[in-house]
Amino acid sequence: MLGRTANGIYWMFRAVERSENTARLLEAGLRMSLTRSKDAASEWSSVIETAAGRFAFEKRGDPYTAQHVIDFLLRDKNNPSSVMTMIDSARTNARMVRTALTREVWEATNESWLRLKDALAKPVREAELPKALEMIRRQSGVIRGALHGTMLRNEIYNFARIGTFIERGDNTARILDVKYYVLLPTAQHVGSSLDNVQWESILRSVSAHSSYRYIYDANYAPAQIAEMLILEPRMPRSLAFCCAKITDNLNHLAGEYGERNSCHVLAEGMVQRLRDRTVLSIFDEGLHDFLQAFLMENIRLGATIDREYRFYE
Amino acid sequence: MTEKPAPFDEMLDGPTGVRPPYIGYKAWFDGENPKRLAAKAEEAETVFRRTGITFAVYGDAEAAERIIPFDMVPRIISGTEWTKLTRGIEQRVRAINAFLFDIYHRQEILRAGRIPHHLVTENSAFIPQMIGMTPPGNVYTHIVGVDIVRTGEGDFFVLEDNARTPSGVSYMLENRETMMQMFPELFSQIRVRSVSDYPTRLRHTLSRLAPPACDGTPTIAVLTPGIHNSAYFEHSFLADQMGVELVEGSDLRIVDGRVKMRTTRGYKTIDVLYRRIDDDYLDPLTFRPDSLLGVPGIFDVYRAGGITLANAPGTGIADDKAIYSYMPDIVQFYTGEAPILRNVETWRCSEKAALAYVLDNLPELVVKEVHGSGGYGMLVGPTASKKEIEAFRAKLVAKPGNYIAQPTLALSTVPILTQHGLAPRHVDLRPYVLVSDIVDIVPGGLTRVALKKGSLVVNSSQGGGTKDTWVLED
Repeated sequence: MLGRTANGIYWMFRAVERSENTARLLEAGLRMSLTRSKDAASEWSSVIETAAGRFAFEKRGDPYTAQHVIDFLLRDKNNPSSVMTMIDSARTNARMVRTALTREVWEATNESWLRLKDALAKPVREAELPKALEMIRRQSGVIRGALHGTMLRNEIYNFARIGTFIERGDNTARILDVKYYVLLPTAQHVGSSLDNVQWESILRSVSAHSSYRYIYDANYAPAQIAEMLILEPRMPRSLAFCCAKITDNLNHLAGEYGERNSCHVLAEGMVQRLRDRTVLSIFDEGLHDFLQAFLMENIRLGATIDREYRFYE
Repeated sequence: MTEKPAPFDEMLDGPTGVRPPYIGYKAWFDGENPKRLAAKAEEAETVFRRTGITFAVYGDAEAAERIIPFDMVPRIISGTEWTKLTRGIEQRVRAINAFLFDIYHRQEILRAGRIPHHLVTENSAFIPQMIGMTPPGNVYTHIVGVDIVRTGEGDFFVLEDNARTPSGVSYMLENRETMMQMFPELFSQIRVRSVSDYPTRLRHTLSRLAPPACDGTPTIAVLTPGIHNSAYFEHSFLADQMGVELVEGSDLRIVDGRVKMRTTRGYKTIDVLYRRIDDDYLDPLTFRPDSLLGVPGIFDVYRAGGITLANAPGTGIADDKAIYSYMPDIVQFYTGEAPILRNVETWRCSEKAALAYVLDNLPELVVKEVHGSGGYGMLVGPTASKKEIEAFRAKLVAKPGNYIAQPTLALSTVPILTQHGLAPRHVDLRPYVLVSDIVDIVPGGLTRVALKKGSLVVNSSQGGGTKDTWVLED
C-alpha cells in the first residue's frame, strides 16, 4: 500500500479515537462540576489541561465555565482536538484513503460527519450535552464496528489499529497525569468523599468505573486505579493493553512484509517494561515522571513507525 | 414568432402513444403510487449523500460539496438504436486516434490541405513535445466520452468529443446501482444490459497497452490531483473498483528511468498510469514549471517507453472546438468511409462569410468559445436577453477566431418526475468508449438532463441533473 495511504488510515483512526476520548473527558468533567459546584472552574481547567488545550483555550479569553469549555472541546475549529476538528480530519483522511476502506467504513465515517456537523452546528447547551456526547460516542462506535466487521485483516487494518492505540495510550496517560496528585499515596486513609468523586471521575473518563468493580472490590483505592489504568492487561484503555495491541499489529506487518524494523524493538520494549513493573515501583519512581516518560516514548514510537513505513517522503 | 413544434420526446409519442423502448417502463410507472415514488426520490438523495457521491463547484465556496440531482425516470435506448450508435462511435474514435497519430507524425492531413495548418500547429492543445512519439499500440485516447444529442427518431448528432479526461462514468455506475436498489422489480421485468463491468473493462484496456519496459503483469495506478478536485470522488471510485492504487504526484518519483510510487515497503514501479490531471500539470520539467500536481521527469520516462499514460498528452487537439467542424473530413480521410454519425452544423467565426451570418442571426444560434468547457462562456441565443446578446456580439467582433456557432438544436426530451407528475426535459448522452487494440463501448452512458423547464444546458455546474441510461436487450 502507499505510504500516504498508511498515513491517512493511521491519522483517520487517531482522530476517531480522540473525538471519542474528548467526549468522554467532557462527560467526566460535567459530572465533577455537578458534584462540586463550588470549585467548578478548577475542574474545568483540569479538563482543558487533560485535553492539552490550555494554550488554545486561553487565546479565546473566556473564563473556565461549563458553557465555554463545552464549546471549546466540541466545536472550536481552532482547537486541534475538538470533536468537530477531529471528525473533520477523520473524514478528510477517509476521503483521501477511500480506496483502502470498505464501503461500510467509508459510509459510517461520512455519515458520522454529516450528523455531527449538523448536531454541532450551533453551541450545545449544558442541558443537551449528555445527548450530544452519547451521539459522539455512538458514531465512533459505528465506525469501529464497521472496521471490525468488514475490513480484511491486512496491512490496512494494522495501520488503523496502530493509530487507534497510539492515540488511546496517549489519552489515558494524559488523563492520569493531570490527576496524578489525586492518586498519590500521601496518607493511607480511606478516601474522603471528595477523593472518591475525583477517583470515580478518572475511571469514568476511561469508561472503567464498572470494570473496576469487577476486578477489585467496590471501594476505590488510588493505587488500584493507577494499576488498572497502567498495567491491567485486560483493561482496553490501559497503557499495557495499548502497547500490546500496537506490538501485535506491528508483528502482523513484520510477518506480511518479512521485515522487522526498529519500531518493533521499541514497541516490544514498551510492553516488556510495563510487564515487569508493579504499581508501587511506579509510585516510587514518581507517577508524574513515569507518565511523562511514557508519553515521550509513545510519541517516539509513532514517529518511528511514520518513518519506517514511509508515511512521508 | 411562430410557435415551434414540440421537441421529440423519447418516451411519449403524442398525447397517448408510448415509443416502443419505453412500453414496459411506462406500464410499470402507471401502476405505481406517486407518493411512493416521491418518497423514493428522497431516499435516493440520502443514499448519494451518505455514499459521498459529490462534486465540487469551482467558485462556489458555500456548497463546497454538492450532489448532482438524480432523476429516477430512466432514459431508455433500444438495442437497435444502440447498435447503430456504437457503429458510428467506433468509426469516429478510430478516426480520432488515426488523426492524432498523423498530426504528431507526418501530418498528411495538413499536407493534403484538409485542415488549415495553423489550426493545428498554433493550437495550444497541440503539444510539440509529442511529435515523433508513438504510444503503445498507437493509441492516444484510451478513454473517450462522445457527447451525443438527438433531435428525432433516427437523428443523432455528435455535439462534442471528449478525448482528454472525460469524467462522469462513476455517475453512470452509481445511478444504475441506485436504481437497482430502489426498484429491483423493474430489472426483473425489463431486460436492461449491464454496465457494472465497466471498471473491469477499463482495467483490461489499460493492461493491454503496457509500455515496452514492462515485464509481466502491468501495475496500474490512477493519478488524481487530490481530494479538492471536483471529480475526486470518481478518481477514488475507479481506482477502488479496478483494485489499483490511487496516487498523487507526491507519491511518485522517477527511479532508474521508471515511475515509482512510495509504498510502505519501498518504491514500486508503475507501468500504466490512468492520469486524471491535465497535460499542463503532468510534468513541471516539460510543461507548467509551477505545477505541484505532477511528476518531474515523467514525460521523459514516457518518451523512453517506461510508462504508458492514458490518455496520452496532446489528445486535446482532437476535441478542440475549432477542429470539431472538420470531424466529418477527418473521419472520411482516415477511414475512407462516410461518417455514420453526423456533426452539428457549425459556423467557424474565423471565416468572414460565416461570421457575417452569425452576427445576423445571433438570437437563433448557440455560440461557443473555442477553448471553453463546462457550459461556461457560451451564448444560447434563444434564451438570452437582448443585453446579453449585445454584450456577446462585442466579444465576438473583437475576437471572431475564438468562437464557433451552431444552430439551436431542438434536443430530444425525456420526462423527469416532478411534483406534478412527468414533465419533459432536454437531455444529452455521453457513452464511454475504451480503446486498446479493440474498441469497447459499455452499453449505457451518462444521460444529463436540464432540470429547468425549456433549458438546453445540461451541465451539472449549470443546474443539470442525471438519469440512469438503459440499453435494452433486444
